[in-house]
Amino acid sequence: MAAPADASPGPNTERRAGRQQVSGPPARRRAAWIVVAAGVLLAVCVASIVLGSKPIPLGEVVDALAHPDAGGENARIVLDLRLPRTVAGIVVGVALGLAGALIQALTRNPLGDPGLLGVDAGAAVFVTIGVVVFGTVTPVQDLAFAVAGALVVTAAVAGIGSVRGVADPIRLTLAGMAVAAVLTGITTALMLLNPDAFHRLRGWNAGSLVERGWEVVLPVTPFLAASALLALGLARALNSVGLGEEAAAALGVNVARTRLLSVVAITVLAGGATAIAGPIAFVGLMVPHVARWLTGPDQRRILLLSMLLAPTLVLLSDVVGRLVLAPGELPVGVVTAFIGAPLLIALARRARASAL
Amino acid sequence: MTGTRTRPEPIDFGAAHVVMRRGSLSARLHLRTLVVCLALTVAVAVAAIVALCLGDLPLSPAEVVAGLFGADDGLSGTVVREWRLPRTTAAVLFGLALGVSGAVLQTLTANPLASPDVVGISSGSYTGGLIVIVLLGGGFAATATGALIGGLATAAAVYLLAYRRGVQGFRLIIVGIGVGAMLAALSTYLLLRARVEVAMTATAWGAGSLTPVGWPQLVPAAVVIVAALFPLVVLSRPLQQLELGDDASHALGVTVERSRLALLVCAVALTAVVTAAAGPIAFVSLAAPQIARRLTGGAGISLAAAGLLGALLLTVSDTVAQHALPVPFPVGVITVVIGGCYLVWLLVREARRTP
Repeated sequence: MAAPADASPGPNTERRAGRQQVSGPPARRRAAWIVVAAGVLLAVCVASIVLGSKPIPLGEVVDALAHPDAGGENARIVLDLRLPRTVAGIVVGVALGLAGALIQALTRNPLGDPGLLGVDAGAAVFVTIGVVVFGTVTPVQDLAFAVAGALVVTAAVAGIGSVRGVADPIRLTLAGMAVAAVLTGITTALMLLNPDAFHRLRGWNAGSLVERGWEVVLPVTPFLAASALLALGLARALNSVGLGEEAAAALGVNVARTRLLSVVAITVLAGGATAIAGPIAFVGLMVPHVARWLTGPDQRRILLLSMLLAPTLVLLSDVVGRLVLAPGELPVGVVTAFIGAPLLIALARRARASAL
Repeated sequence: MTGTRTRPEPIDFGAAHVVMRRGSLSARLHLRTLVVCLALTVAVAVAAIVALCLGDLPLSPAEVVAGLFGADDGLSGTVVREWRLPRTTAAVLFGLALGVSGAVLQTLTANPLASPDVVGISSGSYTGGLIVIVLLGGGFAATATGALIGGLATAAAVYLLAYRRGVQGFRLIIVGIGVGAMLAALSTYLLLRARVEVAMTATAWGAGSLTPVGWPQLVPAAVVIVAALFPLVVLSRPLQQLELGDDASHALGVTVERSRLALLVCAVALTAVVTAAAGPIAFVSLAAPQIARRLTGGAGISLAAAGLLGALLLTVSDTVAQHALPVPFPVGVITVVIGGCYLVWLLVREARRTP
């Protein structure tokens, strides 16, 4: 179980190698999944805007969106609460899905997830330090601290979880859990020491999209968009890295550069998502697995499909969280944990936990 | 290799032992374990007296001892006996229970990481207790029962989910992390559903704190802990033999399945009752047995040493949490940081040793 993914070229890895002869589901079906995923995402976006603890007729929702200046209580709910929240869900979802897919591709680790590996907790503790020690207030400052925290924790967990430079999935997960436990303890302690920070961060630390207005979402989005493009640009190189370092180098890939850029993309994506919504676990774990299952092993398609499926999952969890406890709310991170943990168990039960 | 030796090896009689005989009973004790246990007992006593000295009204050790034995009926006697003693006793007793519980589980699974907090039993106890508090609004006995049932059910679920032609150590832990995450989500849901007053009580409890523990909670918890420790005195021998494997221990006269079940129930009960009284106090049961094993240098984990070390860890952590920081913290926050750092160290060390 502890053995890393088979790096030696063999009949199984060959199909990941070629640029043309990538196998998996037939091309038409793969394209169909992307269309279906986009359609589902659209439907979930509509649901996220229409559904909520206060029932608003569909006609009024459309009116409010068509005439943003009209005013009225329902229009304000739609435009100032539900719309930014939906956009936040999309942005966070895309970031988490891509971060998870990148981690899984880069480390060939089926248990890769920014939440499980403690990256979210690292971002959270740095944001808390920023608020408590440096008195940060703006979302961009939060983002800077979150990315720094994500970077430090990624390096630490990779170091702890590797045996002689080879990252082992289960050891990485344990290292992530241990580091996350320490950091969560420190975050709790800092928040208890500082009542103001406690008030500001309490809702955020649960992993939630509540009250994430435009002022939080808009400044962070450009950084996430840039990282998303970087991630998509790395897809082809990651396909080769999946064959093992030597094979990738032989195929003309600069392995060190690919790895460095991937880590940059992962930390900005995971840190940015945490800066907006707080730590949300399991999205990055689940989505790439479903994407791989639907489209086969080509990273280009996995990344693309993850970008569509992850926001669907986040928004769906958010809508479910809004409805099960109405008029209260269940944080989105709680819903994703409840859906995602069984998948983690199923993956751990698989005969080869490290097989992708 | 053996062919090249010219002189026979000196006969190894094993580590030094002390044999005690009284009538028809005899006990053969590992000398170093005995010394370590005595030293730890002294350390726990010192830590407990220091904990009793500190507070808004600082007392001298002499005053504390006088207060303890009822020689002082004034203010300091009341402070020691009524205010500070329950908390300090709880720290010692709960630490002992967590240390022993972790030692039993780690020995049964032959895995240094398989402590009740890592494999999700603490989360299960917490959720079980929470269900009782939120849905039934029970008192301590009901909460403790809920915690016990929750802990046992979680232990069974984790074991069954991790079972796949035998239970492989790491799989058990990943499954435990997954089950723990689900239970944490369920707990959050329950807390958000509950009325505000109930939720606040439950949240304070969930941080893992000895603050709410007074005599009314401590006495029933102590009864359960002693009741669970008692069978372990007898079961510690089968536990050692179970380490040799099922077949070997069967040949040595151990009823394997029954002993294992009894050990598991006792270990879970210890964790569950501590969780019911003080909330989930993380990582004591992970770290204490392993540190004890390194101190005693024996082949297995000595339950007594692990328990005493747990008591020492929790007493010191609680003193630090209460007095060393500007704001009193729940002790769970301190133990999670210490224990998490220890787990990291364990992983790094193991990675270096892996060939």
